[in-house]
Amino acid sequence: MSVNPSDPATTDRSRHTLRADGVRLSYDRREIIHGLDFDVPAGRIGAIIGANGCGKSTLLKGLARLLKPSDGSVLLDGKAINTMPTRQVATIVGLLPQSPIAPEGITIADLVSRGRHPHQGLVGSWRDEDEQAVAHALAVTGLAELADRPVDEVSGGQRQRAWIALALAQQTDILLLDEPTTYLDIAYQLEVLDLLCELNATEHTTIVMVLHDLNQAIRYTDWILALRDGERVYYGTPREVISEQMVADVFDTEARIVTDPDTGLPLMVPDARHSLARFRK
Amino acid sequence: MTSRQRRRAGTGPGLGLGAGTTGIIIVALMAALAVVCALSVLFGSRAVTFDQVVYAFTSSADGTGGTDGIVSEVVRLRVPRTVLGILVGAALAVSGALMQGVMRNPLADPSILGLNSGAAFAVVCAIATIGLSTPAQYMIVALIGGAAAAILVWVLGSIGRTGATPLKFTLAGAVLGSALASLTSAIMLPRADVISTYRFWQVGGISGARFNLMAPVVPMLLIGFILAVFSARQLNMLALGDQMAAGLGVSVTRARAIAWAGAVLLSAGSTALAGPIGFVGLVVPHAARIIVGSDYRRIIGLCMLIGPLLLVASDVIGRVISRPGDVEVGIVTALIGAPVFIALARTGKMTEV
Repeated sequence: MSVNPSDPATTDRSRHTLRADGVRLSYDRREIIHGLDFDVPAGRIGAIIGANGCGKSTLLKGLARLLKPSDGSVLLDGKAINTMPTRQVATIVGLLPQSPIAPEGITIADLVSRGRHPHQGLVGSWRDEDEQAVAHALAVTGLAELADRPVDEVSGGQRQRAWIALALAQQTDILLLDEPTTYLDIAYQLEVLDLLCELNATEHTTIVMVLHDLNQAIRYTDWILALRDGERVYYGTPREVISEQMVADVFDTEARIVTDPDTGLPLMVPDARHSLARFRK
Repeated sequence: MTSRQRRRAGTGPGLGLGAGTTGIIIVALMAALAVVCALSVLFGSRAVTFDQVVYAFTSSADGTGGTDGIVSEVVRLRVPRTVLGILVGAALAVSGALMQGVMRNPLADPSILGLNSGAAFAVVCAIATIGLSTPAQYMIVALIGGAAAAILVWVLGSIGRTGATPLKFTLAGAVLGSALASLTSAIMLPRADVISTYRFWQVGGISGARFNLMAPVVPMLLIGFILAVFSARQLNMLALGDQMAAGLGVSVTRARAIAWAGAVLLSAGSTALAGPIGFVGLVVPHAARIIVGSDYRRIIGLCMLIGPLLLVASDVIGRVISRPGDVEVGIVTALIGAPVFIALARTGKMTEV
């Protein structure tokens, strides 16, 4: 493949930058994000955390250009993302929404191949590079054997891997995921997070995900952005951000921070009052 | 067939059929359509032989068809009728597939989404006020009514900042449809003369087909078919959910508007040509989905085959079962469509959109 340095879609993958610049996001007249500045570190994995309704998913949609800021802008490579052709953005930024829909009866291979949409022309002819991208995505996610199975007949973990494979087939430099582990059991949650780390390590993909589990955010990210009521309250590496004060500020919950015996990282343990034992005395 | 060829061709078959089996089914459907079209020209309240058909064609070309006037007249009526059956069948089926894709609703079809009600309302209004006499007048009025209803559904469904969501859209169509149906009854019921004129249009049929009447609507249908083919890939993306589609670089509202415009041209055009014919738009896309799976490129292609097959076959059956009279095709499609739909649903293979 020839590389044209002036074409953003074919430049060095690690060079794309994503930045929120004074971004305000609202639904109808209700403002959810109140002027947020933040740089998405290129080639790193990060998590957006916060209580329900704090604007995590809204911010992710804003970063993915699905919501147009009412003020400020999201800048992709320095350009306002909402002014760029959406198909061109789709070759740089991928999004896995919280509840995507799999058409009934669709096979895993077909689902994954739909990730090639932004790379195909108007007539959508299927080329060798499309085939390779799909085969690679299936291989990386361990789905090659299941390629011809209908999505609605595989396990929840395999289904989530199929969606991630679709995002991989899209071959974007930046990948945004809205709660990729929700509804999965613990084994599948870890499997998905391991897969994302592997992707980041091998392809240097910039990853931003909305996560609910604080301890998973600590283990699996380079940086954490904590929101409260649409404002940025903490931002830094997990070691910098995680504290008892932070858990109180962001979640209104008392917790102890101990040291994870396995990783040496912080580990959040909810206050002992939050247990059945309290009612059994 | 390598995996690459398979994927390039689109999605895997919905029944888990091999690619070869799907191919055989498609060839069989094509053969069936050819047979049904031949029957449509040969059979009717008066049967003609194949030789007579050939003679009628060749003789009418040089203007000396007088020797067997009845036969050539029969053929001259049945050929446009068959062509109209093919056109309307394809248009209704593709329109249904587009609407199901736009609404992401397996029950969407031209009659459920208020388009037929709009056409009917316009026709009744026109009969009651200015009086309609020629088929051309019916056509124009039905066209305007159907298109106006479709635009209204789009506007109602797009109110609010979330834009045209499938749910709002479906509700808008259902509400507008029942409102217009009530108004239609309110205008019609006190007027026996309007009822008797209207009921012939309302059944839906292709028996009055003439090439010169069809001509003005054909370009509209052609544009509709082109928009349908153009929309197929976008509908594949919309099927993954609006957010996923937007993330994959689809302009969701624009894609929906284009597919909707195609659906409206096709359904308003066919309602103008043949009155409201039910069930084709609902049943055929589901049958196509069972054969070729969830890829709209293939679904729309197959609709263009199964739709004409169902409509022309229904028309032939309608002519044969009540010789020497005709049962209009709109009645037969409903009689065939309802049990077929139930059978499809019972196979458990009928998929959501």
